[in-house]
Amino acid sequence: MSQTALLRAIGVEKRFGAVTAASALSLDVARGERVSLIGSNGAGKTTFVNMITGYLKPDAGSITLDGRDITRLTPRAITHLGVARSFQIPQLCAELSVLDNMLVASACDAGALSFWRPARRGTAIARGHELLARFGLEEHARRRVAELPGGVRKLLDIAMALTGSPKLLLLDEPTSGVAAEEKYPLMDRVMRALGQEHMAVLFVEHDMDIVTRYADRVVAFYSGRVIADGAPAATLDEPEVRRYVTGTLR
Amino acid sequence: MAPVSPGRTFAGGVLLIVVLIAAGALMPKWLTFLVTMAASHGLVSLGIVVLMRGGVVSFGQGMVFALGGYTAALLFGKLGVTDALLLALAGGVLAAAVALPFATLIARYRGIFFAMLTLALSMVLFGLLAKIDALGGSDGFNMGRPTLLGQTLADASVGYVMYGVTLGVSGALALAARIFFDSTRGLVSLAMRENELRVEYLGGSVRQAQAINFVIAGFIGGVGGALTVMSLGHIDPSFSYWTTSGEFVFVAILGGYQSVFAVFLASTVLEVVRSFSSLYFPNTWQLALGLFLLVVIRFVPRGLGSLWIDRHGHRRGRKEAA
Repeated sequence: MSQTALLRAIGVEKRFGAVTAASALSLDVARGERVSLIGSNGAGKTTFVNMITGYLKPDAGSITLDGRDITRLTPRAITHLGVARSFQIPQLCAELSVLDNMLVASACDAGALSFWRPARRGTAIARGHELLARFGLEEHARRRVAELPGGVRKLLDIAMALTGSPKLLLLDEPTSGVAAEEKYPLMDRVMRALGQEHMAVLFVEHDMDIVTRYADRVVAFYSGRVIADGAPAATLDEPEVRRYVTGTLR
Repeated sequence: MAPVSPGRTFAGGVLLIVVLIAAGALMPKWLTFLVTMAASHGLVSLGIVVLMRGGVVSFGQGMVFALGGYTAALLFGKLGVTDALLLALAGGVLAAAVALPFATLIARYRGIFFAMLTLALSMVLFGLLAKIDALGGSDGFNMGRPTLLGQTLADASVGYVMYGVTLGVSGALALAARIFFDSTRGLVSLAMRENELRVEYLGGSVRQAQAINFVIAGFIGGVGGALTVMSLGHIDPSFSYWTTSGEFVFVAILGGYQSVFAVFLASTVLEVVRSFSSLYFPNTWQLALGLFLLVVIRFVPRGLGSLWIDRHGHRRGRKEAA
């Protein structure tokens, strides 16, 4: 394992009753790496993501970020250390405008909330517009989120996660719920927007074409274990991956 | 569309307060008293609006209203504190201090549970107050005439001076509320109302924010109670009774959560309806109130404030000025 790993999980275990969600999980993610997590439902991808963000505590093992142990930290503390996530179903404030959603992200990122410092102040608005422009959402800035189509909401959800310039960005199924012909344009936009930032990206994805095209590295999960880890083409070609994940080997 | 310019809203608010205080000199006595009651009661509803913006409604703000009122009346009667401004401040501080230990507990609850818990707290206080003979039991007790900055108030001017004090204090708190609503904490409160999960994942603490909102609402409501009792000259446990709390919720819903001014306007509407109904049909005035609320919920569900402020918190009618 290299010393430059941004995220390092060592021997992580998690059980829910009789179900093993993580078993001797060890994984390193380097700065700037684009890693895709694949696996069938119940393989342990989401559990792993939830342990990184602090919403689940591992039964054993440790997780470090930038050399700092985050295993027992609260989700909020981990967020402030630079771990952000987006959601499979976009988690937005539907009655607020797109820009206001960005300002909410910016206000939360600023640390202690202020009783008097205006939320709609120059620097926060500028940062919001800058991110929206990068995701091609500038034209929607003043629209209410409830009026937006699904694809735009997905992008906004990710843009909000980027507001605090995280070191590690977790994308939970960025293309789920998006029409097939919109998947590539959406991922192209996301990757272009991320391209300027040197952050590690961990994305959970079920579409193998997306995985092959956008990940530097693929980690395959099965029954709480990592069964393959490496370059996309090679990993997807492993017999265990073909049997348990992609279903191309029977 | 142009955002509401905070500076203009603020300046408009200051101007309105000054004009109203000046206009009071020309008003008949019944009207100054009505507006005084509208402003002091409006503060309690403003506290509910603070909570509403975070996604919860308290059905027990009568508790802090009574706490503020009893604090002012007792300080006056037992300890000889007579200054109106000091009594108003003390009412707010005590109500907030009582709200504080409950705040962290209550911040875990949402929806009907939050409403019922606050209601329960207010009714416990009602029961206590009604049973304590030293506080006059269910009859309550009278409070004398306060002073202002060392000046005793003459018979002829006391009504107007208390009108001025009430509008000045309410106005200052209303302006502070506007600043608070526009702050980062204020915006995150609005976000909590819609998506607590996201706020938590962005690094905001929902529970802490709810607890703080509850204490703020307690303070504002306590000041409202103190101001009310100083003008009424009498307090009794009904300040903490659930129908009193219900009226505060009525005003908060009528005003809506977007405009601070709308809350006070709604409070004035309630006082007008109350005055005229009790004059013409004293036993069924709640009926009028109920029908009125039905109309509001049907036709202006987002409250009076939504008549001039749209969903984004922007003033209507200036949308082209991007």
